[in-house]
Amino acid sequence: MSGPQISFNDVTRVFPDGTHAVDNVSFGVESGEFVSIIGPSGCGKSTLLKMASGLMGITGGSIDVDRNSIGYVFQDATLLPFRTVQRNVQLFAELHKMPRAEASRLATEAIELVGLKGFEKKFPKSLSGGMKMRASLARSLTLNPKVFLFDEPFGAIDEITRDRLNTELMQLFVRNQFAGLFITHSISEAVYLSTRVLVMSARPGRLIAEFEVPFEYPRTDSIRYTPEFARLTGAVNEALHEAYAGPAAIAPKVAALKGA
Amino acid sequence: MTAIQDRDQIDEIENRGESMVDVTIGPSLVERDAPRAVKDPFSPIKIIGPIVVFGLVMAFWYGARSLLAPYKRFVLPPPHHIFTKAFFATTADGEHVIRKAIFKATWLDVKVAVIGLSIAIVLGVLTAVVMSMAKWLEISFWPYLVALQAIPILTVSPLIGAVMGYGQSPRILVTIIITIFPILSNTLFGITGVDNGFHDLFSLHKASRWTRLTKLQLPAASPAIFAGFRISAGLAVIGAIVGDVFFRAGEAGLGLQVDVYNSRLNGPATWACILMAAALGLTFFAFFAVLERLVVGRWNTTKR
Repeated sequence: MSGPQISFNDVTRVFPDGTHAVDNVSFGVESGEFVSIIGPSGCGKSTLLKMASGLMGITGGSIDVDRNSIGYVFQDATLLPFRTVQRNVQLFAELHKMPRAEASRLATEAIELVGLKGFEKKFPKSLSGGMKMRASLARSLTLNPKVFLFDEPFGAIDEITRDRLNTELMQLFVRNQFAGLFITHSISEAVYLSTRVLVMSARPGRLIAEFEVPFEYPRTDSIRYTPEFARLTGAVNEALHEAYAGPAAIAPKVAALKGA
Repeated sequence: MTAIQDRDQIDEIENRGESMVDVTIGPSLVERDAPRAVKDPFSPIKIIGPIVVFGLVMAFWYGARSLLAPYKRFVLPPPHHIFTKAFFATTADGEHVIRKAIFKATWLDVKVAVIGLSIAIVLGVLTAVVMSMAKWLEISFWPYLVALQAIPILTVSPLIGAVMGYGQSPRILVTIIITIFPILSNTLFGITGVDNGFHDLFSLHKASRWTRLTKLQLPAASPAIFAGFRISAGLAVIGAIVGDVFFRAGEAGLGLQVDVYNSRLNGPATWACILMAAALGLTFFAFFAVLERLVVGRWNTTKR
């Protein structure tokens, strides 16, 4: 291993209104590693990704990453409604001024990889939520990034589709060996996909627990029903309860004091 | 009160506030899972309904005519007279004098409306793009654009006449003034109302302002822009005719022609002018409605 593709070093983010969103977060993700962060809503998980990608500034610490090699999948598929699937997927290649033929070839490849072949000419309005997410994933795949940031990409998708997308994402990860950083609210999703699961507390967001997931890749759905999987999700769940009970329980009181 | 959870939510709330400004742009970027069910275009009610209404209006027309004092009846000639005594009426030497005059007047208005609307489209879209580039420009000019829109055009017409005379150009100017606002405001709200998520996408890949404008903002705003064109197309015809009425000198457009016939108590010819004006307005509107469908109809999900 040649060191982490992305590393957070004592990263802190304080919003202009004084909200302490992220506090002293340090960790790294290497190539071929898939790290999930799980935590209460508003604990600053998304903020971490925004800072990593440069969409948001850092107020303390540093993040080492090659910004030219980041794939960033948002919670919304953010497909341009006026472009077909094909033209949506080749958008990034276009923005990087690649020749048209090259962009088109990359898009066709990526579309095939996510199983959207045959839907190239469809507009987003006629796709289901799951298909939109696949197109969004394909769009990021075209540039074959070394680091992949996922901001709760399957949060709004029904469970059956979600499990299937998890499997496909895991296969993509096995194939491309990127460094994956995945934000989610779902414990089983985090454990199923990841090599490591980090638990974050709310306000200010701190890393409070870390779990290694020992299952070999490629993983099959059957691991979800093993005692080891149950033990891990149970442990993450417990840590998550602490995350909720800890600073989150204090926060309303602090807010009340500030208000007075 | 629950505390706002994070910056995302704040953004979301702000976005919602912004999208309320213009209803035409919001929904176009909202994805819906199922396309609207297409209703049967040939259902009997769609044909019978309008025919029944047409019949009722005609019956009312004939009825109302008989109620008018005889010397006022020229106001409501029997509808078929619009054709027999105006469009197809001939003088002793076989000339269709009325039809010729009305067509000539209509052509004049078409020219004024087309030129005025074209200039308004170019000027309106460009101004909106420039204003979207610099917030201070938008803030500085917006109140005056609203004020310009609020001035009843007839009150400034004398000034326009005094400066520009009474030919074609003042009529075109009047048309521009009353058509530019819907185009400008719809374009401006359209290109500034693009969802932050899309902007993030372009920021991540270091897109230039020009790329952002041409690949994101203008296409995303096109439903709103075309809605503006549609509104202004109807206004352009009104503008041309209002211009006629005011700048009485020079060639007669429909606005002037209708006045001439009315003063001669020629009901059928008056109504022929009204019919032409209505047809003109509809044609302009339909042209842009079709254009809109061709350009954005395939992907747009906005209900109209």
